Amino acid sequence: MKSAVITFPGSNCDRDAVVALQKFNSKVQKIWHQETKLDDDLDLIVVPGGFSYGDYLRSGAMASISPVMQEVKRLAGKGVRVLGICNGFQILTESGLLPGVLMRNAKMKFICRQVHLRVENIDSDFTNKYKRRQVIKIPIAHMDGNYFAESDVIKRLEDQSLIAMRYVDADGNLTDNSNPNGSILNIAGVFNDTKNVLGMMPHPERAIDPDTGSKDGIGLFQSLLW
Amino acid sequence: MKVRITIGLKKSVLDTQGKAIEASLVKNLGYPQISNVRQGKFVEFEIAENDEKIIKQIVDDVSDKLLVNKIIEDYSYEILK
Repeated sequence: MKSAVITFPGSNCDRDAVVALQKFNSKVQKIWHQETKLDDDLDLIVVPGGFSYGDYLRSGAMASISPVMQEVKRLAGKGVRVLGICNGFQILTESGLLPGVLMRNAKMKFICRQVHLRVENIDSDFTNKYKRRQVIKIPIAHMDGNYFAESDVIKRLEDQSLIAMRYVDADGNLTDNSNPNGSILNIAGVFNDTKNVLGMMPHPERAIDPDTGSKDGIGLFQSLLW
Repeated sequence: MKVRITIGLKKSVLDTQGKAIEASLVKNLGYPQISNVRQGKFVEFEIAENDEKIIKQIVDDVSDKLLVNKIIEDYSYEILK
C-alpha cells in the first residue's frame, strides 16, 4: 500500500494522517502543494484537514487550484482513491472532484466535538469494514461544514447511494438535534460517482486510539488498507 | 483600468451573517426601518486592458475558476475609471 498526504500552507492534520496511515502499514509520501507530479502507482491520496490559505476567499478555494491538485484530479480520473478530510473535503468540492459545497455552519460557530455518524453505504473501498448502517463516533472540528447541493444533485446522491455517512444520534436516528452544522439531509460525507473519491467533515485520523476518545476511525483505514 | 467584483450569496441561500447583522442593527442599534440585510465581499484589481469586452471575459473567467462558487454565490462587477 502506497499513500500520499498533501500539505498546503495552513494544513494542520497532515501529520495525523501520516501517522494513521503508517499505523496501518502504508508507506506514506509527504507531498508539498507545489508538486507537479505524483506517482502513478499510488493507492491512496489523502487531502488532509486544516486551514489551507487561511480559509481566505472560501474554505478550500485557493488550494483547489494549486499545482498538486491538477495531479490529484488526473489520478482520481484513473481510479486512484482520494480521501478528503474536513478542509480536504472542502478542497475536493471546490475542485469539482465532489459535488456540492460546504457553507458556514448554520449557527455561525466553530464546532469541535465528538459526533455520531451512520455509515450509509458500506459498498466502497473506504467503508467495507463497517457493518451496514453502523453508528460510529468520530470528532468534527470545523467552521464551514454545512453541506449543500442543488436538489437534482441531492437526488442523484440518494438514488446512487453516494451519501457515505450522515450525522445521527447515539441510537442511529436522523434528527435535527444530531445535525451539528445544518447540512442538508444531515450529510457528513459523500462519494463521487465512481466511489473512488470520498470527502468527509469528521476526522477518522483522530479516532484511531482510545486515548483520544474513540477508535471508530480504524474501520475506514482498515477498509482502505486491506 | 480598475475592476471591482462584488460577490454575495444567492437570494435563495440563507445568509446567516446577514441575519446576525440585521438583528444587531434593528435590535441593538435601534433601526427598525432596516430589513433584508445581505452581506458579501468584493475583490478589486487593476488590469492592463482597455477593451471592456475583454475585461468582461476575464472577469467572468476568474469568477468562474476561483472567485465565485456558483452553487451558492452570484456576482456583479464594475469598471472603475
